[in-house]
Amino acid sequence: MSDIQYLAPTTLDEAVSAYSGAKGSAHILAGGTDLLVQMRSGMVNPGLIVDIKKIEEITSVKETEDGVFVVGASVSGMELANNSNFGKTWPGVLEALNLIGSTQIQGRASLGGNLCNGSPAGDSVPALIAAEALLTVQGPNGRREIPVKEVPVSPGKTSLADNEIAVSFSFPSRPAGSADAYLRMIPRTEMDIAVVGCGVSLTIEENTCTRACVGLGAVAPKVLEVEGAAEALIGSQLDEDTIENAAEACRACCNPIDDKRGTIYYRTKVSGVLLKRAVAIAAKRAKGV
Amino acid sequence: MSKLHISTIINGEPEEFLCEPEETMLDVLRDRLSLTGSKEGCGSGDCGACSITVDGSLICSCLMLAAESEGKKIETIEGMSDGETLHPLQQKFLEEAALQCGICTPGMLVAAKALLDENPDPTETEVRFWLAGNLCRCTGYDKIVRAVLDTAQEIREIK
Ligand SMILES: Cc1cc2nc3c(=O)[nH]c(=O)nc-3n(C[C@H](O)[C@H](O)[C@H](O)COP(=O)(O)OP(=O)(O)OC[C@H]3O[C@@H](n4cnc5c(N)ncnc54)[C@H](O)[C@@H]3O)c2cc1C
Ligand code: FES
Ligand code: FES
Repeated sequence: MSDIQYLAPTTLDEAVSAYSGAKGSAHILAGGTDLLVQMRSGMVNPGLIVDIKKIEEITSVKETEDGVFVVGASVSGMELANNSNFGKTWPGVLEALNLIGSTQIQGRASLGGNLCNGSPAGDSVPALIAAEALLTVQGPNGRREIPVKEVPVSPGKTSLADNEIAVSFSFPSRPAGSADAYLRMIPRTEMDIAVVGCGVSLTIEENTCTRACVGLGAVAPKVLEVEGAAEALIGSQLDEDTIENAAEACRACCNPIDDKRGTIYYRTKVSGVLLKRAVAIAAKRAKGV
Repeated sequence: MSKLHISTIINGEPEEFLCEPEETMLDVLRDRLSLTGSKEGCGSGDCGACSITVDGSLICSCLMLAAESEGKKIETIEGMSDGETLHPLQQKFLEEAALQCGICTPGMLVAAKALLDENPDPTETEVRFWLAGNLCRCTGYDKIVRAVLDTAQEIREIK
């Protein structure tokens, strides 16, 4: 006999009241690919598990007439890949989410789980930051919308209150000539944790970069937005010197750990390399070549 | 806490069971329903020996709570053959010796079937990527990949 409780409410209001009523002992269950591993290892011992996958808004993908995508927080990688339009506008976000784990993990892993798990190496987070995605969260006092870049705080910690649930991500509409890309460096070719992850989103109008945003993962206690890199890119023609300056901005903000999978020197150096490659891919996609 | 009462459909048959809230689907399949074909290699999503499909999508049953199966359609390795008649993948695995100890085999077969249901004509690279979450310590994978490709071809020829 256990004293854990499991609930799978069908409305967000019920989920919020159960979650906040448990006063911190409750855990949200999306795909469970982090949570169940953590429960098994004894890292977390929930009093209450709130499964949010029966809530329509959290499990659906919508595209508005003006080109805004709203992706439910617990939509799985497989489901988002099956949406025929999302990957055309946000190929970088989709490739970042689809890099997570194996086919089996893709059947369950979600953007909301990846972000709320709070890992500095979460693959989709740099891409979400680069996309300037907004997260809608709901708690007992109602809803608020926050830029994804304000969510990560430190390993395992986010800025969400312990009674707030991530509901959906909204991706802004963007002009023609826009695209994004995500690259990560792992010591193996599959099934590994990023040593560096870099997301880049660009808008290119008449050969000039008019908008840019860069997210960088696994090089600091939380995923970072690299404003200096974006500043270097905006207004330029993405020439070699500009891109080198943007790479330098990435290296400058690195504050990584030193471990068997990547030394500080290596992670710092690779952050610049990935920035350059991700810019090249995003630019190619933006120009439609 | 009292146990949860769950109604689901497993391999086409309605199934009801009682479980603890934190029990995984894998534990319920093996320990409560005596469906021991799905194996536990790791319990952490790394090996794929526990692969099943839920409403058609391939997942690791060790990373799913049994409670989540309420109202869902579950397919396990036990549902793969048609009575005594093996599924073409099972037959090909035997013919081509795509297994040695056999621990990874149920997961490999369930995952390979999910691939062929979605993509009847995969390339070798596609097979290798699709099966990257299924670990095998014996075969070196080549025979498994070959058996999947040969089955795909055979099914296409029959059709
Ligand atoms: C074999 C394997 C390989 C993996 N490979 C990778 C990889 O390559 N890259 C990578 O980044 N990750 C990887 N992961 C980790 C994991 O799969 C991802 O972080 C995934 O995105 C988590 O999503 P989920 O829906 O399964 O989250 P869950 O496990 O359901 O949740 C994760 C955490 O977030 C909380 N949470 C979830 N949704 C919400 C919400 N809507 N509101 C508030 N809190 C919420 C949960 O309470 C929990 O604490 C891997 C895991 C496994 C088992
Ligand atoms: S037992 Fe589920 S993946 Fe290994
Ligand atoms: S046959 Fe032994 S693990 Fe694959």
